[in-house]
Amino acid sequence: MPADPTPDGTTVLGASDVSRALTRIAHEIVERAKGADDVVLLGIPTRGVTLAHRLAERLAGIEPAFDPAASTGELDVTMYRDDLRRQPTRAVGVTRLPQAGIEGRTVVLVDDVLYSGRTIRAALDALGDLGRPRAVRLACLVDRGHRELPIRPDFVGKNLPTSTSERVRVLLSEVDGVEDAVVISGREHGEGGAR
Amino acid sequence: MKHLLSTADLSKDEAVLLLDTAAQMAATQSREIKKLPTLRGRTVVNLFFEDSTRTRISFETAAKRLSADVINFSAKGSSVSKGESLKDTALTLHAMGADAVVVRHWASGAPYQLAHAGWLDAGVLNAGDGTHQHPTQALLDAYTIRRHLVGLRGGAGEGVGADLAGLKVAIVGDVLHSRVARANVALLHTLGAEVTLVAPPTLVPVGVETWPCAVSYHLDQTLAEFQPDAVMMLRVQRERMSGGAGGFFPSPLEYTRYYGLDARRLARLADHAIVLHPGPMNRGLEISAEAADSDRAVIVEQVANGVAVRMAALYLLMAGEDSAEGNDL
Repeated sequence: MPADPTPDGTTVLGASDVSRALTRIAHEIVERAKGADDVVLLGIPTRGVTLAHRLAERLAGIEPAFDPAASTGELDVTMYRDDLRRQPTRAVGVTRLPQAGIEGRTVVLVDDVLYSGRTIRAALDALGDLGRPRAVRLACLVDRGHRELPIRPDFVGKNLPTSTSERVRVLLSEVDGVEDAVVISGREHGEGGAR
Repeated sequence: MKHLLSTADLSKDEAVLLLDTAAQMAATQSREIKKLPTLRGRTVVNLFFEDSTRTRISFETAAKRLSADVINFSAKGSSVSKGESLKDTALTLHAMGADAVVVRHWASGAPYQLAHAGWLDAGVLNAGDGTHQHPTQALLDAYTIRRHLVGLRGGAGEGVGADLAGLKVAIVGDVLHSRVARANVALLHTLGAEVTLVAPPTLVPVGVETWPCAVSYHLDQTLAEFQPDAVMMLRVQRERMSGGAGGFFPSPLEYTRYYGLDARRLARLADHAIVLHPGPMNRGLEISAEAADSDRAVIVEQVANGVAVRMAALYLLMAGEDSAEGNDL
């Protein structure tokens, strides 16, 4: 995914907004799981992995017993996608699970933008082949709607009503080398940010 | 990539992508559930005109691990033994809706013909044609070499993303009849490794001077001077030599003395060097039992890596967008 480092479009979340949203999601995860003992954060490449690492640091800040390195992983869903034949061949990414595995734990899938829900469906199938978590939850930084499957997120950074012609991009300093931002491009008339 | 016919057609980027994809496929093969849904509903036909155990089983395993349906077709006991031509066989496969055809044939160039004659619109994977090419074998050899010599020697992640620049590989034995040697010379050269062929003059093919490699007639001298990081022993293909060992070397014993890998030659290799063999081995002819069973030998691992490499090849050939009708978004 070659990201243009200087995109045009409307910035709807700045670096501090992204940071606050992640902190809130971290608190919600702890609240929902009544602690962070059995929580495993699995990021979906590419930006979901970065977000999972940032969430893990925040969880460790809230619950000192939480070990970020031992509870964070990445889950590549390429081989489980249902749209492989509609696109040029994708390179297969890395799947890396925490040493202790996911059996009986609470897995939080982390992705940047939730759109059709097909990536998450693929992720759920991939998880099924890896073990049986006690529960699976979904955290995303942006929910832009237009779901094609009955999937809903548990933790959302920002609900962003969009039209399908628009493009939502999450930029993260680790991946894109620019300041954190959520950018919408392709808007037909520039009517401010989202509600 | 639509077909995989020859390693000479692969660019360096394509070769590295194949090896990297194989590394990810190998990672899935250590799980409890090894099957992936990736190629569900697609059909792979194994079309084997020549005897093979490990390549056919390896391709079959790879296709099944990706959830494809596999049809095995061997020339023995089929209408080929009644005189059916390759073209008619191909038209039959086309009518049955094969998405990929894995073909092994005794005639060099048969897979090329199958891919380009317009008989089939399926992807064609060459699983060995005559004395021409055996690309998946070369890829699994390169994968094994990379894992051991780039990955385990300080490189991160088993050498993912790396080529084989700076490594030295000696390919020893029956080069004349070997499609494995031809496929390996092209691929290893593309990946940046330096290759020396070692064989008796009678088993060196005409025209070898145009290959991107050096040629030596002396194994001991090559081991001492070239200092290979990997030694690949080739099988002496006696079935292709008319009348037993007919005329290519005076006696099997003499061949073993001059070109066999035994404990003495094994001890002269560098500490990190590995020994490969595409199998099946003639123990006591080109490789002694000590060498074949030593810690240096990665021959059993080659077989395991074969499944991952073939999964990668099937994935890259079959998973992407295709031109099949009714497949638009």
